[in-house]
Amino acid sequence: MLERLLIVSAVLFCIGLYGVLSRRHVIAILMSLEIMFNAVNVALVAFSRYAAPAALRFPGAAEDAERFALAGQTLALFVIVVAAAEVALGLALVIAIARRRDSINISDLNLLRR
Amino acid sequence: MAFDNLFSEIVFWFLAAASVGSAALVVRLRSIFRAALMLVVSFLAVAGLFTMANAEFLAVVQVLVYGGGIAVLVIFAVMMTRDVDQGNQATAVQPVALALGAALLGALVYSVAQAEWALLPESLPAPLAAVFVETPARLGRLLLSDYALAFEAAGVLLLAAVIGALSLVREREAPEGDDA
Repeated sequence: MLERLLIVSAVLFCIGLYGVLSRRHVIAILMSLEIMFNAVNVALVAFSRYAAPAALRFPGAAEDAERFALAGQTLALFVIVVAAAEVALGLALVIAIARRRDSINISDLNLLRR
Repeated sequence: MAFDNLFSEIVFWFLAAASVGSAALVVRLRSIFRAALMLVVSFLAVAGLFTMANAEFLAVVQVLVYGGGIAVLVIFAVMMTRDVDQGNQATAVQPVALALGAALLGALVYSVAQAEWALLPESLPAPLAAVFVETPARLGRLLLSDYALAFEAAGVLLLAAVIGALSLVREREAPEGDDA
């Protein structure tokens, strides 16, 4: 099960990477970024459930089981928080840019080059 | 038990195909609005994958935050920028992006297949079996003890993001001639 979830996660991550690099629409790039965040979360959750933390293999570590086994889920929770903040700011930027420059095409946003 | 295994196999492959297929449509569809709808399908399928790895609380958070909040934000942004929308076109570096993505995928699949995992069994041993029941309460305790600093920082981050987003989209009352 771990391998399968990791492969689904890898496929999602690469689709997101392809989308970020190959799309011209800024919102499409943000959506591809969200797919990449999701892929990372799938991997974190899969590791949290199916991979044995090294600390659990020592005797007497049983009372820390919760701390080690849920570390992946906690990290995934923080990833979701950061992704939500990122998407709120990113879309606000997109709307501000669309108002000022009448285009949200990434190829037209080359103000710094001139 | 055999039926149980078969059922979870079918559910897993369905969710995997749904999440990957709709993610592929997000980056391929020409209409940005349809791509946003496909993104929601992908989020919901990923929430299903979370439940298959005993992360029920995260699945609920995923549906609330991604399937609810982020999806609505994205669709709002698509609607508000509709008059300057030119569709979901590809850039000139598309072949490079495809090659890079395929190479990374190959490397990741190869390393997943090669690695020797210290796997936990499908049915968990005694100290761990208790961990995956009542996970919300356990996560809450961890957030307010081990991860208290990160928890507070996340609150500040969200506040800063909300204030930043508001100030970015606020209409200025008197334009001061600083338009680009």
